[in-house]
Amino acid sequence: MMYNAYSISNGKGTFMTKRKSRSNQGRFVPIFLLFLVALGLLIRNLIRGKEMSVLNPMGTIASEQLRLMSVSLGIMLILAVPALTILYFIAWKYRETNEKATYSPGQKHGKLFSVSLWLVPLTFVAILANLMWPSTHKLDPRKQISSNQKPITIQVVAMRWKWLFIYPEQHIVTVNYIQVPIDTPIKFELTADETPMSSFWIPNLGGQLYAMTGHVNQLNLMGTTIGDYIGKSAEINGAGFAGMKFTARVSSQTDFNNWVTGTQKSSNNFTIKDYTDLLVPSEYNKAMTYSTDESDIYSKVTDKYTKSHEHGE
Amino acid sequence: MKEFLLGKINMDSLPHEWFTFGGSLAFIGLGLFLVIVITRLKRWNWLWKEWITTVDPKKIGIMYFLVSGFMLVRGGLETLMIWLQQSFSVDKSHGFLTADHFQQIFTAHGNIMVFFVAMGFIFGLINYIVPLQIGARDLASPFLNTLGFWLFAAGAIMVSMFFLLGGQYAATGWLAVAPLSGKEFSPGVGVDYWIWSLQISGIGTTLGAINFVMTILKMRAPGMSLGKMPLFTWGAFCSMIMAVAVFPLLTATLFLMFFDRYLGAHFFTTVGGGDPMMYTNLIWMWGHPEVYILMLPCFGIFSEVVSTFSRKPIASYKSNVLGMIGVSTFALSVWLHHFFTMGAGADVNAFFGVMTMIIAIPTSALVFNWIATMYKGRINFSTPMLWFLGFIAVFSIGGMSGVLLAIPPADFQLHNSLFLVAHFHSMVIGGVLFGVFCGISYWFPKFTGLRLNERIGRYAFWFWTIGFCLSFIPMYILGLMGATRRLDHYDSSTGWRPLFIVMLVGGIVIAVGLALQIVQIIATFIQKNHLRDTTGDPWNARSLEWATASPPPFYNFTTIPEVSSIDAFWEMKHNGIPETKYQDIHIPKNTAAGFYISCFAFLVGFAFVWEIVWLAVVSIIGIIVVFIFRGFNDEPEYILTAREVQDLEEARTKKHLERTKLANDDDTEDMGVIDFIKIVISFAKDIVVNKRWRKW
Ligand code: HEM
Ligand SMILES: [Cu+2]
Repeated sequence: MMYNAYSISNGKGTFMTKRKSRSNQGRFVPIFLLFLVALGLLIRNLIRGKEMSVLNPMGTIASEQLRLMSVSLGIMLILAVPALTILYFIAWKYRETNEKATYSPGQKHGKLFSVSLWLVPLTFVAILANLMWPSTHKLDPRKQISSNQKPITIQVVAMRWKWLFIYPEQHIVTVNYIQVPIDTPIKFELTADETPMSSFWIPNLGGQLYAMTGHVNQLNLMGTTIGDYIGKSAEINGAGFAGMKFTARVSSQTDFNNWVTGTQKSSNNFTIKDYTDLLVPSEYNKAMTYSTDESDIYSKVTDKYTKSHEHGE
Repeated sequence: MKEFLLGKINMDSLPHEWFTFGGSLAFIGLGLFLVIVITRLKRWNWLWKEWITTVDPKKIGIMYFLVSGFMLVRGGLETLMIWLQQSFSVDKSHGFLTADHFQQIFTAHGNIMVFFVAMGFIFGLINYIVPLQIGARDLASPFLNTLGFWLFAAGAIMVSMFFLLGGQYAATGWLAVAPLSGKEFSPGVGVDYWIWSLQISGIGTTLGAINFVMTILKMRAPGMSLGKMPLFTWGAFCSMIMAVAVFPLLTATLFLMFFDRYLGAHFFTTVGGGDPMMYTNLIWMWGHPEVYILMLPCFGIFSEVVSTFSRKPIASYKSNVLGMIGVSTFALSVWLHHFFTMGAGADVNAFFGVMTMIIAIPTSALVFNWIATMYKGRINFSTPMLWFLGFIAVFSIGGMSGVLLAIPPADFQLHNSLFLVAHFHSMVIGGVLFGVFCGISYWFPKFTGLRLNERIGRYAFWFWTIGFCLSFIPMYILGLMGATRRLDHYDSSTGWRPLFIVMLVGGIVIAVGLALQIVQIIATFIQKNHLRDTTGDPWNARSLEWATASPPPFYNFTTIPEVSSIDAFWEMKHNGIPETKYQDIHIPKNTAAGFYISCFAFLVGFAFVWEIVWLAVVSIIGIIVVFIFRGFNDEPEYILTAREVQDLEEARTKKHLERTKLANDDDTEDMGVIDFIKIVISFAKDIVVNKRWRKW
């Protein structure tokens, strides 16, 4: 009586032997490689001339972030490309139809092998971590950007589903639109009102940060090229989320000054009533600019949540 | 009175939109169809005795596969809807879905894929294979295991209930981030359905995992020390320990959320002293380990497949095991990388960044170990090996994008973008789904005694791989173009639209791949003589699950094997197979308790969704009563005598010899897709022309 009632004495495996005659197993591989090339060409054509905002930084922070990404990716590729090449080469070389390849099932892998299994990736991770630690501190969003220009503060309130911007020093308020002067550090103070967590993101200028009720998060960015860039909420916060976009215009210092004085003179004056109106959820809001005489809208927003409980910042 | 009886249910809760209506019709139709078929075939009794009350992990494994396979189709259809919307909802057009519907669909997709597809397949494989691999006849707690499965099934039904009643699922993203998921911003029943489907299936997972940790610790065959366990069992062991560690956290978090929504508590609200950031922390403390709970068993599968198909022992067993342990240990302390952008200080972010990168070390060690295993092997490229080779490429890309995301300043630019979505799909499709497909094609002969149709399997593999590239390479690019995830609308000036259309095409190619897999399984059964595995060892394999019949008898092994090395079965084949000694076997009795408890648990969830207090109370009492009855039942086992075992074995051997003869007489080839279509057409013709449908 056999152990599992089957005759397994041949020790070969039925299907392994049965299909050995099939030699055209690799015929899909070249087709697949061709497909990849074609796909690459197709994508290249589809994105030609399109805005690649993360790869096309227009601000100091975004360019530093891109540089960090590229360097890290490069380091990883130094390990990954050879590893994958070797893997597929070995798979091909030691295919069972290749009678010439040596087969040594009893092959012993020594201590050195086991150690290098761990040491090689350890080295790479050490290099990457070494790169990452200081740059995380350097690119800490709350860290002021050094420049000989005086920074501008913009207070940001995420609302359903629009962005409200307050320029406390300039006494202007905008909705879904900001204008900032070139090469000037901008200090965004992010919060939210009656709105779920949102994420403030202008890809061309630099990475995102959450805007949350009852907290003020600081995000420092600086535009280095004149132009209009898209800003958005990257975190889902309800039905109008996809339409919660704004324009961030980086302009020359004079244009900015003109815009500020023009807006300050505007008869469109922002009052608490306007603010309460904006709290009503609405979608795909147009850009608006206002002058304002209110000086404590922002602190009222933050107080609204911190007053009810002592917490956080 | 009406409110007392029915809670919040009213006429408006009935389906009245096209997609809930369609969904309801589909579900009711499917249910009716099954009922009619089972009744016509007089199979109710069989269904109850052989399946619903079974405690046999092999059958439970199969049931997991069925549920997950079904849910995979559903989750897949949802992605097609997502991409259709994203291809058309540009500029003036807002597509065919409202923002709210759209958000429900991707939320449901995420939940279904993670909880009811990936988890289900993983649990199915563990159920079927782990007891066999460790040479066990039985589980440590068969009852917990059935209960786990039925809770999982109840959760799967709960996640579809909104079609029938309520008409809305959570529109919050798959983790229902607070405060968006609070009553203030999501007043409807959608989030409640979310809470209860996850709560019920999550508790099921915890129970199932406890059982498997105990089973692996206590039920191994003599001689099998932990250091001689097969690698899939090791992966499953690490995964189940993690599940035991973190799923209670999910349960607790969901309860807190439930208190917020139902009792007006303020754990995660923006007002009243609540802290939404705490929710984010808690849910990711569970959520990150969860992806590794899915991944580790797949690492195990790949390790076994590489070694078997290269016909070499794994290069460094120790490193492989250490790698898996390392991954699971570190995976518990990296959760913050999911919200670097919440504004923690640079020190905290950098710390979690380093922890995350460290995971790349054991993972790379695993990959290098697999390379070394192939080196100087004799590699056979059957479908399981194809899935492995596809996995490696996709997984490496996913891993590199993952390390990028672990660098906080880079994450600020990539977080919440489609780059992130492409990253985790590289892991969950390239890693988990490919791993599951690899495992299923490897063990299919074990499950059924039949080898899967190889020809169609190959096509399925290539369709999946090509579809994956078409879908997710553009998705990485879109992320770099600044496209955020979960967008139901965007402007054409962004230039994203062509890429969304390419992704839609990719989705269709994947759908074809999935359809081919279904065809593959049907075609396999059509050609069952040709595909019969006559040896019980189709792949020339190494571990114990192959040391018994395929499919194994309900007692798994006639004689419990003695183990003296890592490749126990390989050893046996080369050093001689021990003689069969028949002996009495203790068999756990079937129990319906798991099924009943899950029905009540479902009702508890349903009652809380609709605030029907009496139903909740009655159901909770029901659960307690069933537990008490189960506790009094002190004879959960019976004895199968040696004589009976011998009879069963001889009967099986006889049948097997007949089947072997049939198989040897059959010299057809694996059928292709065209052959399959021809067969289907002639079958349909036969029914129509010969009026066979009349019999029904
Ligand atoms: C079958 C192939 C699959 C396709 C074509 C697919 C496609 C998609 C798409 C288009 C999205 C929405 C992207 C967006 O936010 O715009 C998505 C989200 C998601 N998918 Fe998949 N997916 C697949 C399989 C899976 C699997 C196997 C899992 C998990 C095991 C999974 C988990 C998720 C999750 C968690 C989300 C995020 C949902 C959210 O935003 O809350 N997917 N998928
Ligand atoms: Cu994670």
